[in-house]
Amino acid sequence: MIIAASPADSKSNKTSVIAFALLAIWLVVAAFPFLWTLWGSFKVEADFFSRQTWENALYGVKTLQATGSAFTMDGYEGAWIDREFWRAFLNTAIVTVSVTAISLVFGTLGGYALSRSRKKYVFWILIAALVFRAMPHITLVSGYLMPFFEMNIWGALPTSIIVLVAINQPFTLWMLHSFFLSIPKDLDESAMVDGCTRFQAFRLAVMPVMWPGVITTGLFSFLLSYNDFAVTSMLLSQDNQTMVPKINSFLGTVQSDGAIMYAVAAVVSATVPLFMLVMFFQRYIVSGLTAGAVKG
Amino acid sequence: MTHRSFFSFMLPSLLAMFLFIVLPTGSIIVQSFYTEHGKALSLAENCGPFGCEQTTHIDLAITEELREEAPLGKFNGLGTYLDRAHLAVDEISKIFEESESAGEVVSRIYNLPFYKALSFTIAYTFFATPLAMMVGFLVAMAVNNIPKKIKGPVIFLSLLPYIVTPLIGSLTLFWMINSNGIIGATLQFIFNDPDLSLKASPVLTWVTLIVYGIWHMAPFPFVVYYAGLQTIPQDTMESAMIDGASKWERIRYVVIPHLFPLTTFLALVLMMDNFRIFEPIVGFSAEANATSLSWSIYNDLNGQVDKLYGSAASTSVLTVICVVILLIPVLLRTWRSFKQKNPDGSAS
Repeated sequence: MIIAASPADSKSNKTSVIAFALLAIWLVVAAFPFLWTLWGSFKVEADFFSRQTWENALYGVKTLQATGSAFTMDGYEGAWIDREFWRAFLNTAIVTVSVTAISLVFGTLGGYALSRSRKKYVFWILIAALVFRAMPHITLVSGYLMPFFEMNIWGALPTSIIVLVAINQPFTLWMLHSFFLSIPKDLDESAMVDGCTRFQAFRLAVMPVMWPGVITTGLFSFLLSYNDFAVTSMLLSQDNQTMVPKINSFLGTVQSDGAIMYAVAAVVSATVPLFMLVMFFQRYIVSGLTAGAVKG
Repeated sequence: MTHRSFFSFMLPSLLAMFLFIVLPTGSIIVQSFYTEHGKALSLAENCGPFGCEQTTHIDLAITEELREEAPLGKFNGLGTYLDRAHLAVDEISKIFEESESAGEVVSRIYNLPFYKALSFTIAYTFFATPLAMMVGFLVAMAVNNIPKKIKGPVIFLSLLPYIVTPLIGSLTLFWMINSNGIIGATLQFIFNDPDLSLKASPVLTWVTLIVYGIWHMAPFPFVVYYAGLQTIPQDTMESAMIDGASKWERIRYVVIPHLFPLTTFLALVLMMDNFRIFEPIVGFSAEANATSLSWSIYNDLNGQVDKLYGSAASTSVLTVICVVILLIPVLLRTWRSFKQKNPDGSAS
């Protein structure tokens, strides 16, 4: 940027003040709900859902009366121990890790092949993947239920895992396809000239340089399976439920029991891993979000 | 790449997509032509002191047997598509015959479940998409001008609404706008109306959901626009400044044209994602005033007594048709860019 003293300076100062104010408002809107819920999850219901004033939630007036301290772990205890939220947490861990790992194996092989072949069917596979990517997941779920009941595989974790892997493939393929296009072909082709088979060339020449793209894609596979509600809520039995459908079934039972703070605590517990993910992998997430756009 | 090695690399991926995307799509098409078995009724004669009377009751054994024989149900042709819960052909022609004003036609059609879901889905898609893009653009412009040191934390906070699970994000907001929550209670105080509730009227529910949609989606256009802003050639900016262009003129004639290709990309992706709106309706318990196509399918399949496979499948097929219509511009664009890369149409 060149700096030029001009009469427009005071005007541009004004606009940058407005921009700054807008940004501040946006940041509050974006982040405050999470902070508020985090804070409120350590209070009792009468404070977090206070009929009198929201200040109660801030200072924990009723929490102090009920428990003798301004903070309470009751919600977390109720959710994690009484309602066995730990089980849902473990299920989520199993599902997300398996889905991410399998998606990446399938996706890297497929994406690599799509980027190196110039046949016409490559185009049709990519188009089909685009259409699949656009289909709402719940439409597919209505196709799974009856066959899965007939085959007696409904409710098991592996069923949901493989379904999520398949639903994830179109996106993974597109992303890795465009990533592999950015790796020069000469790399693996010269390896093949030296006598490698296609697979050896992939393993020896391409694999060492593919990790940034794979990590980015893996993050999005993780997010997809972690955030999924349509598939996991319909295809998992009560015991196998992951966190998101578990929170939904909490809502049904918890409100009548006057234990809504269990649900609040569960919601906060399920948000924390996502926060950490963004914190550690912000750069990869940003580059992943822009990958599709910049390459068109 | 040879056909052989191409397909051995692609095999796992193609197999997974074939088994769990292509086959289920076929399965919903088949299912949509069938409907549930009626309950098998049997007559029984009950004789008491005041004479005999005939009663009907559901014969569970026969019902079960029917289900075993033909799990799909009985063939219904296009019946499910045309019934009241879907396209409601008869009802609509009746509405047109009976209604006196256009307003009445619209409001009566809106009360049919499929059209209710469709109208909210479309309204949500076409309001939340451009508004989220506008918010994203403004945030990107603002972030571009702040000192480098605080950019990281600002981007971190801005990403949160997009990364967080939709159901969890909507619950977080729902609890705040609850009449006992911080926003809900404050609004009641401001408007001095203790009964004010965002759930009370359809309009308020729609607005709430659309605001949620903007909040949830805006970080995506923000990140994309922000990346786009980094690629604006400095020369162009500088020469515009030397030519005396004001800040607004630079935005209007340099920045916006530069970002335009990103805008079409964003609009298409956001429309695809917004069209499947589903979790917020569950999270905000908004189903009384706003339903979506995805939610209708979920609702059919979530029945406590009977799962309405036929009905869910028909809605699914209609939804997929809508999605394909939405996608046509993208498909054409991809086709054109493919043609450009391979002008002869059949590359080696």
